[in-house]
Amino acid sequence: MKIHEYQSKELFKKYNVPIPEGGIAFTADEATAVAEKLGSFPVVVKAQIHAGGRGKGGGVKLANSAEEAKRLADEIIGMNLVTHQTGPEGRLVKKVLVEQGLNIEKELYLSIIPDRATAKVVIMASEAGGMDIEEVAAKTPEKIIRIHINPLLGIQGYHCREAGFGLNLSPPAMKLFQPMLRNLYNLFMNCDCSLLEINPLVITKEETVIALDAKINFDDNAMFRHKDILEYRDLDEEDPLEIEASKYNLNYINLDGNVGNMVNGAGLAMATMDIIKRSGAEPANFLDVGGGASAEMVENGFKIILSDENVKGILINIFGGILRCDVLAQGVVEAAKKTGINVPVVVRMEGTNVDEGQKILSESGLKLISAVDLKDAAQKVAEIVN
Amino acid sequence: MSIFVDKNTRVLVQGITGKEGQFHTRQCIAYGTKLVAGVTPGKGGQKMDDVPVFNSVKEAVNKAGANCSLIFVPPPFAADAIMEATDAGVDLIVTITEGIPVLDMMKVKNYMEGKPSRLIGPNCPGIITPGECKVGIMPGPTHKPGGPIGVVSRSGTLTYEVVHQLTMQGIGQTTCIGIGGDPVNGTNFIDCLDAFEKDPDTKGIVMVGEIGGIAEEEASEFIKQNLTKPVVGFIAGMTAPPGRRMGHAGAIISGSSGTAQGKVAAMKEGGIHVCEDLGSLGELCAEVFA
Repeated sequence: MKIHEYQSKELFKKYNVPIPEGGIAFTADEATAVAEKLGSFPVVVKAQIHAGGRGKGGGVKLANSAEEAKRLADEIIGMNLVTHQTGPEGRLVKKVLVEQGLNIEKELYLSIIPDRATAKVVIMASEAGGMDIEEVAAKTPEKIIRIHINPLLGIQGYHCREAGFGLNLSPPAMKLFQPMLRNLYNLFMNCDCSLLEINPLVITKEETVIALDAKINFDDNAMFRHKDILEYRDLDEEDPLEIEASKYNLNYINLDGNVGNMVNGAGLAMATMDIIKRSGAEPANFLDVGGGASAEMVENGFKIILSDENVKGILINIFGGILRCDVLAQGVVEAAKKTGINVPVVVRMEGTNVDEGQKILSESGLKLISAVDLKDAAQKVAEIVN
Repeated sequence: MSIFVDKNTRVLVQGITGKEGQFHTRQCIAYGTKLVAGVTPGKGGQKMDDVPVFNSVKEAVNKAGANCSLIFVPPPFAADAIMEATDAGVDLIVTITEGIPVLDMMKVKNYMEGKPSRLIGPNCPGIITPGECKVGIMPGPTHKPGGPIGVVSRSGTLTYEVVHQLTMQGIGQTTCIGIGGDPVNGTNFIDCLDAFEKDPDTKGIVMVGEIGGIAEEEASEFIKQNLTKPVVGFIAGMTAPPGRRMGHAGAIISGSSGTAQGKVAAMKEGGIHVCEDLGSLGELCAEVFA
């Protein structure tokens, strides 16, 4: 799960991680009020969307007066912000964070991530702050410090010193940095983060250390124990069909193609998308109804696919294991009765109770196209949409 | 022969009285697995069908002689269940549970380091030695006993599809293992490849990977250096968009890392026969393993 910068900074504040003074504004007037309250200029007006690259896209601006802050907030709120992460369609900006400008001496990079290969928590730090870290890693990997922490042991003093000395911090900055890093680590662990990134982390001319930016992602699997963090979820930032799917515990991702597909199991779902593409068509979605799907889940999945206007044909690929083919067939029939199918549907089933499933489908009176195997199914659906 | 499980494996089920636990316990028994005990804290002394239920794994090991555990415990309590089995000295721990928090699994993985127990999963279909022992949720009849091919995969139903195609070609399997779709798991590709290489009855291997992480790249390097047996490989997710979690927690392309294209290239470099079209995987296997 992703949250906004201002929400990440709220968490920083809770964990005593220094952030610039500021406040969130949903209107230009609110932005003016925040700017006036801050009292000194410049202030920064920052678009709040769940995507990086906001500055380059024109979503981050400096204001030298309350009037200018108002004008900029008015421009940014309601704009369609396009960055390299939003795709060409961009994202509608609904709020801005207005913050105190800082006297920046130096910009650093700092992040904490779980390393899947070693099962350690990794702190990444670099003096090359404010830049795309993937680019830094590719071009000048020696500029990135990596510190591995065993989660059973937790963060130690020497980890913090290693990071601080690696960043060439001055003694006063070092003194502030060490407890800050400890607090960030604790935030990361306590809240089940999957990414915590500060880019840039700023050393001011006054030799203080401040998180100028803040990005936190969370492990969806751990949200059952973080009801407070779930409050931060912003449905405006999500695809409406994906929100609908998540209500029914369906793994659905909306894509650009026109072949809707429903599969049980994530790996098989990806492979089904791939084979659709190989057959000369484009998948309209990823939809994994899961290993233990009920007839109702199948029905809801079907409805979601049908509500995507781009879909010109549907491929259902089920390998019956826990999800039996007869249950799947029942769900398809129910969905078809309730919503009506307006596009051709190719069904490929294999595995547990496949004969019962075929029987239910053939006796349903629905116009379904059955396929003998995966290759056959993909070819049939590709012929239909092309 | 086979790897990790055979007809002598004595299985206990953690979470045996839950809906899933009950269903799959019966399925495993019907397949012929020696299922000797169940564990549900607070229900010790009861029975699930004919299977005795204990309060702790230690008790199940001591009284029923179990040496393998199959875990269906829900995500909030799953890490605890794995560590309990490790602490009780269970040789093989197969964790089906999907949705365990990553930080929990990282702690488990560090806890198990240096201990003799082997973990398979989590978020996996389990392991089966066809005709001998099924420790998992895969459909038994899809498999063909007698070898000579070993299968290792990060997926569930995609593995069934692969095994189905092998069986349709008349190619049997020695052992099939799902290592799971989570970012942090126990047994990895290399562990399985190494075991298949050492198993005299396994003549070839099918390896099924997907986007996310670098496990396939590492395995390809290992194959290049160490394997004499032929390997057929498949990667799911050629069309997956970057930055999106494709169902499995571990199936995500981060920046430029973890792409299917990168993995396919690494596999080819490692001398693996890469199948680019899942529809004809069975045919490719028949050719390569002939």
